[in-house]
Order: sequence, then C-alpha cells, then structure tokens
Amino acid sequence: MNMEPITTAIRTVPLEHYVFLSFTLFCIGIAGVLFRRNTIIILMCLELMFNSVNLLLAAFSSHHSDPSGQVFVFFIMLVAAAEVTVGLAILVMMKRNVDSIDVNQLNRLKW
Amino acid sequence: MQYVFYLFALISIASALFVVSARSPVNSVIALIICFLSIAGHYVLLNAQFLAMVHVIVYTGAIMVLFLFVIMLFNLNTASEPRKTLGTRIAAVVSGGLLLLTLLAAVRVGMETIPAQVGYDGSVGLVRSVGMALFNEFLLPFEVSSVLFLSAMIGAMVLAKKDAPSNLPRPYTGNTVKGAQPPTMGTSRTAE
Repeated sequence: MNMEPITTAIRTVPLEHYVFLSFTLFCIGIAGVLFRRNTIIILMCLELMFNSVNLLLAAFSSHHSDPSGQVFVFFIMLVAAAEVTVGLAILVMMKRNVDSIDVNQLNRLKW
Repeated sequence: MQYVFYLFALISIASALFVVSARSPVNSVIALIICFLSIAGHYVLLNAQFLAMVHVIVYTGAIMVLFLFVIMLFNLNTASEPRKTLGTRIAAVVSGGLLLLTLLAAVRVGMETIPAQVGYDGSVGLVRSVGMALFNEFLLPFEVSSVLFLSAMIGAMVLAKKDAPSNLPRPYTGNTVKGAQPPTMGTSRTAE
C-alpha cells in the first residue's frame, strides 16, 4: 500500500490554505442563500456550506492525525442527508400548495 | 503534488460560483456535482479515503440525484426565475464578501495559536482507523443517527403525501388492463 505520493500533499499544503478555501466556499453558500429566490438553489447552497465545513473538519483531522474529526464529518453527512430529505419534501409540498418554489411567496412566514 | 490542491480548489470555487449564478436549476445541480467531486479529490489528497468514498456515494450519488428527481418530476427547470431586486442582490454579495473578509482577518491572527502538527500518521483516514473510532467511541451517536434517519424518512413521507381527505378512501376503479402495465402507487394500494 504505497500511498506516499498522495499523502505528501498533506505536508506540502499548509493548513491555512484549507481554511481559506473552506471559508470561501462557505461565504459563496451564504451569498447564494441571500442572492437567489429559487428554493432548490437555496437548498443546494446549504449543501455547499455543509461541505465547506466538512472539508475544514477533514483537513484539521488529517493534519492533527485524529480520526475523530472524520467520524464527525461522517455524522454531518448523515444529518445533511436527513435534512435534504425533509427540505425537498417541504419543497414538494410548497410547489403543490402555492404552485411556486419562489421563497418570496412564503413571506408570511416572516411575520 | 501541491499543485493538484490548487487545481481542485480552483475547480471547487469556480463551480460553487456557477451554482449561485446559473439561471437554470439543472445547470446548478451539475455544477454542484462538479464541486462535490473536487471536494472528494480534496479528501483523497488529505488521505481521508473513507470520507472520499462516502462523500461520492452519499452526496453525488444520492443527494444530487434526489435534487435532479425533484426538478424533473415537478418540471422546475424554468430559467425564468423572478430575480431579487438589484439592491438586495448587491447587499447579498456585499454581506457574503464582508463575512469572508472578517473570517479571513480573524484566522490570520488566530492561526498562530494552533498547536503545531504532531507526528504524522499515514493511516488516520483509512477505513480501519475511522471504523475503529466510529464503533468504539462513537457507537451511541451512530445508533442515534439511525433513529434520526427513521424520523426524517417518516417526516418526508408525511410532508410530501397528498393531503386531500376527500380522495383518501378511493373507490376501487376496476383496472381492466391489470398485469399489462406495472401498477402505479395509487392503484396498487386500492387494489389490495
């Protein structure tokens, strides 16, 4: 099992760059949630934010040689799968009731 | 070897920007799949092979297919989505950028306090070590997450079910060509 050429990348890429990358992805996700009105795209931006956090956890876990962080990423994936199931079910119900997936149609929820 | 990291980072950020800016939802889904695949590449570079596999299977294989199914079944692929006002859009981009700026500025100071990297262990992301951690220390959360899945599944079915009480006890409409075509969900329930 010769994984040396791949695993040398861990030591050559500094941890800061993983932090910068995942922060950039997270902020793109936040800007997308604020930017779009399509509920499906908002859900996808949520997935993007989940993944940036997962990447950060995995990077810290690998850099500090602790498998607990990767187990936590695994749990976040489980929760994200459950969340997207319920979210898409809500979207289906919203499409069926107001015949639109525009979030501005649901602005009464703000009250 | 580190250039692969920057290549993957470029792909992830570019496709993430495309997810936000694409007009059609299907294009967004495809861009998000590309983004997830590049993140799986990051996991491989981090030697987190178990996570890379689970990520490809769960996200690219299950979640994004679920998105595509919803888009396809409800015919949501309309590019003429009403856009937010120009002020709201500018405010969204500015607030996202400001948050990024704040986080980066905080990290530039805070990264110096992170303890130095301890001895590198090449086997930390393999299935063996992650599985040992998962089924020893984290056995109870693992079992609880199955309850979470069950409740999410029931909740999704309850939410997405058509709640029209008038046609719930649907009378049996004689299906004359039964057997010639696969029964749909509604007919198979009433037929039995």
